Amino acid sequence: MIVFAIYFAIFVISFFVVKFVVHRAATDYTSLKTVTFGDESAVTPNRIASVVSVLSIFLLWAAFTGSTLVPGFLHAPGPFIGDATFTYTAQAAGQAPDDATVTIRVFEVGTEVEQPVVDPGDGWAKNDVDTVGAWRSGLIRVDSNDEFGRDDGHEVIAVNGEPIAPGQSVFTKFGRVGMSPKGTLNFEPAKGWQMEPIWLPAPEAVWVRVGEIATEGYRSFTLLEHLGYSLFRVVVGFVFGALVGIPLGFAMGLSNWFRGWFDPIVEFMRPVPPLALIPLVIIWAGIGEVGKIILLFLAALWIMAIAARAGVSGVSISKVHAAYSLGASKFQIMRHVIMPNSLPEIFTGARVAMGVCWGTVVAAELVAAEKGAGMMIMVASKFQQTDIVLMGIILIGVIGFGIDILMRMAEKALVPWKGRT
Amino acid sequence: MSGLTIEKISMRFDLPNGSSVQALKDVSLQLAEGELLSVLGPSGCGKTTLLNIVAGFLAPTDGTITLNGHRVKGPDAERGMVFQQGALFEWMSVRENVSFGPRMAGKRERDWGTHVDHLLDVVGLRDFKEKAVYELSGGMQQRVALARCLANDPDVILMDEPLGALDALTREKMQGLVLKLWKETGKTIILITHSVEEALLLGERLLVMAPRPGRIHREYRLPFADMGVNADLREVKKHPDFGQKREEILSMIWDMEEEIMGRTEESA
Repeated sequence: MIVFAIYFAIFVISFFVVKFVVHRAATDYTSLKTVTFGDESAVTPNRIASVVSVLSIFLLWAAFTGSTLVPGFLHAPGPFIGDATFTYTAQAAGQAPDDATVTIRVFEVGTEVEQPVVDPGDGWAKNDVDTVGAWRSGLIRVDSNDEFGRDDGHEVIAVNGEPIAPGQSVFTKFGRVGMSPKGTLNFEPAKGWQMEPIWLPAPEAVWVRVGEIATEGYRSFTLLEHLGYSLFRVVVGFVFGALVGIPLGFAMGLSNWFRGWFDPIVEFMRPVPPLALIPLVIIWAGIGEVGKIILLFLAALWIMAIAARAGVSGVSISKVHAAYSLGASKFQIMRHVIMPNSLPEIFTGARVAMGVCWGTVVAAELVAAEKGAGMMIMVASKFQQTDIVLMGIILIGVIGFGIDILMRMAEKALVPWKGRT
Repeated sequence: MSGLTIEKISMRFDLPNGSSVQALKDVSLQLAEGELLSVLGPSGCGKTTLLNIVAGFLAPTDGTITLNGHRVKGPDAERGMVFQQGALFEWMSVRENVSFGPRMAGKRERDWGTHVDHLLDVVGLRDFKEKAVYELSGGMQQRVALARCLANDPDVILMDEPLGALDALTREKMQGLVLKLWKETGKTIILITHSVEEALLLGERLLVMAPRPGRIHREYRLPFADMGVNADLREVKKHPDFGQKREEILSMIWDMEEEIMGRTEESA
């Protein structure tokens, strides 16, 4: 909730800062339009907003993980680290209640820690020491070193002077002291607002992990191999899908018989999510490359067939008529009119297909694989290596985005007339 | 026997609800080589259907079409077609569009190069040869369409409202161009139009068609096309006969339209 509140605050504040502080000197045509609300063509992404948006996500990530990338004053309050103390009041059969101090050294998990050294103190209840990791909690047997133990009716009745009973707890400035149903004290140091690294590692930890896996590898394959295999499967599956799907779509767009024959198949297969085919493909072809490529082939096939079919039906009849009355043969019309004319549709289909293939390959690798981006994050999640999971998600996103950008560039170069006729 | 003979063409479409539409009924027409015929009529009179039949895109339910002694059975390079718009190939440059016909016939550039370049000069697109067609204005695109049709050297040119999508000024210029090309090439041309003025200006012969069923209502032989070849089209329009013919034909078409409206109101 706090994170969302901060994010929203950044959104609003930066909007007003940009609006009132950054004066736009531009006098282009759009800036002279008086009606922009409702005029979609006058709405362009505000670049400052994009930059602030991305930066604030990283800022929030860094602030709530105590990252070294941002100065300390921006950090959200961290967990308590150091020596925490509280006093308890104990009673035992036939004894007057006695106070003693508990000193608990709270340490960062993963670092070496020594027991604090304290004076045992006066009275029958002796001072105690213990260690607890940050974000963890620990049971503290305060009676273990006292002169009268549980056999003598040892019972803690107050912490820091506040009465306590089984099931209740007392809040100290170092954290919560609770009491188990059996009367044992349980210390949970204050967690602060930061995320524990096993839930959300700091950005630099993820970055370090990228370098580590890029050089040393993960599960006997380097990062490049994992990503490369995923990409390889997508490309091969997509290419086969396009090689079969595009001619199939053309045939469906040009012949009644083909249209009638394949329409039920295509229309049935189209709404079946490729993910639903994973179990069947694993049964038939196993979890190796062949199975993955068959799956991606099937994912791309229907999309490409439908795109090619739409491309053929998108050819205006006057173009075809014109070509016929200019003396072109059927083959020439196919080659010089129908194919180039359906390129825009095919490219749109190819972009969709590549997106679907990329999603499907990751999902298929999540289910079962020896290597690949999805397999990497799946295995890492089982070992709670959140940094690898995060890294994998970011890289999968970056690659998916990169594929789309490349497809758009190819489209611009090959189909410059798209949307201009 | 040279020229185009349209003999007793009838066309009936069966509708899915069981009824049928008589788009054309017993249309006969004889067109000598080098004649320019403009066809006029209210919407639904079957003039585009007639053109599609002559082009070979539709087979008539009855009747025959003969061109230079042989029957028309399908589309062919001997009958070129110019469409209203959208029939250019966007993936080709202007020059590739114009040379499409010769290239499809398997001719080499040395055979068609000069002819195509000459045609581009005639239609005023010399400096736009290598441009993409989608970068051109509507008027220029129709010039490309005209040149593309002529580059194939057809015997008959069929024009389906070729200037219909152009603005008034461009349209006037293009009307002059059509007349010029007609006189220079001596082609037989059938031109379909919605504009009475255009039909009068360009048609050596003018056919007014009537709807339901589509048939020839009246035929004129006009002097204005010949006048327009050597004079300014604006001057031709000022000719007293021109104004009189325009009014006559306009009221004729108006009457037809009103009759259709009345009939639909009755049936409604």
